[in-house]
Amino acid sequence: MPIQWLDKLIRRARVKSPWLLHFDCGSCNGCDIEVLACLTPVYDVERFGIVNVGNPLHADLLLVTGTVNRRNGRVLTNLYEQMAAPKVVVAIGSCGLSGGIFRTAYNVIGGVDQMIPVDVYVPGCPPRPEAIIDGVFLALDRLSRPAKSSDRPPLKPVAGRSSP
Amino acid sequence: MNHALIILGIGLVAGPLLGGLAGGLDRIVTARLQARTGPPVWQPYYDVIKLMAKELVVVNGWQAFCVYSYLFASMLALILFVMQSDLLLILFTQALGAVFLAMGALASTSPYSQVGAHRELLQILTYEPLLFLVGVGIFLETGSFKISVVMQWKDPLILKLPLLFAALGYVMIIKLRKSPFDLAASHHAHQELVRGVFTDFSGPLLGMIEIGHWYDTVLILGICSLFWATGPVPMAALAAAAYATIILIDNAAARLNWRWMLGHVWAMGLALALVNLICRHQG
Repeated sequence: MPIQWLDKLIRRARVKSPWLLHFDCGSCNGCDIEVLACLTPVYDVERFGIVNVGNPLHADLLLVTGTVNRRNGRVLTNLYEQMAAPKVVVAIGSCGLSGGIFRTAYNVIGGVDQMIPVDVYVPGCPPRPEAIIDGVFLALDRLSRPAKSSDRPPLKPVAGRSSP
Repeated sequence: MNHALIILGIGLVAGPLLGGLAGGLDRIVTARLQARTGPPVWQPYYDVIKLMAKELVVVNGWQAFCVYSYLFASMLALILFVMQSDLLLILFTQALGAVFLAMGALASTSPYSQVGAHRELLQILTYEPLLFLVGVGIFLETGSFKISVVMQWKDPLILKLPLLFAALGYVMIIKLRKSPFDLAASHHAHQELVRGVFTDFSGPLLGMIEIGHWYDTVLILGICSLFWATGPVPMAALAAAAYATIILIDNAAARLNWRWMLGHVWAMGLALALVNLICRHQG
């Protein structure tokens, strides 16, 4: 009984205190401006305990905007691997989802899910701050459920990803 | 024996209880000053519970050892304070904890962590002489370093040592990691050093550092409240007023660099403290 109670408390704390790391994979900055708008007094996501940390070691939530290419894909994977479990990833904007209008460019790999496992996709060019906050809450829903091993497949080798 | 155990329990509980609530109130007041709503008052507890339940990532063993030592020293300092022990012993114990935290940050090779640790050491260098002079001032006034004697003193010390209390204000701003002297690690947002001295601590270790900071907060507010130790109400009122002023300064001030901190705090703080001590004891 105390174990169940403790487990419930921990899962509640995870939902109430998501620290986010925002990584821009070379987007046009439209999505980044909307992400940062969420932190302003108008939307004030600190109401929900969300804090923007610049450090993958402290983050629970990775927000990624922009297309993944062969150069920044390595940085993205590195950041993801530095984050301590449990962690969730939200891909933001058309470019983050699929590569967007840049998907046919010679250097572009595609969406964020080509590199790291993505939990929530927020479409839009750019998505509104309300949609981003909604996406973050969908991702938090995942943190509040007991973790299953099938939730998190191992990273698959993709062209352009550095081998460790 | 039983009495000692109860005091030990009070010391252990007071840190997380009062320190966490003070942190939560700080975040709400800061948010309101910035025209935001802010998180719930128990947000620091959510943060720490979440951190304690995260995956343990340790750079090397020394880092973990330093965090345990920091937490232990901070807890011990507050317990000694609640037991009304010797002020000098308390000051040395908390200084030991602060140095262990900087050593833990120096144990990793990250340049952010290293620079943060150097700044932390500079902060310790800046506030320790002032904190020691506060102890000396209390000794010259009451004739004892024992907090039990200070608590029985009839007159409020702040009326005799107002300038020394102002010098303690500098110490509190640095110790509580508030602007303009939050060089090593800021509480709000990230800075040019990512998270400064905390950069390479993560998960449970960061949670323990946060708990240690709660103990430090209560200890420094307790030392501040000794300046009006005529009863529990004036003590709490003085500590609350000092804390509110520090939050206001935090939101109104920009971060200074270490040269400004060292020059300003040593020039102003030491001058205030020495003028007060000389005026009181010139004959």
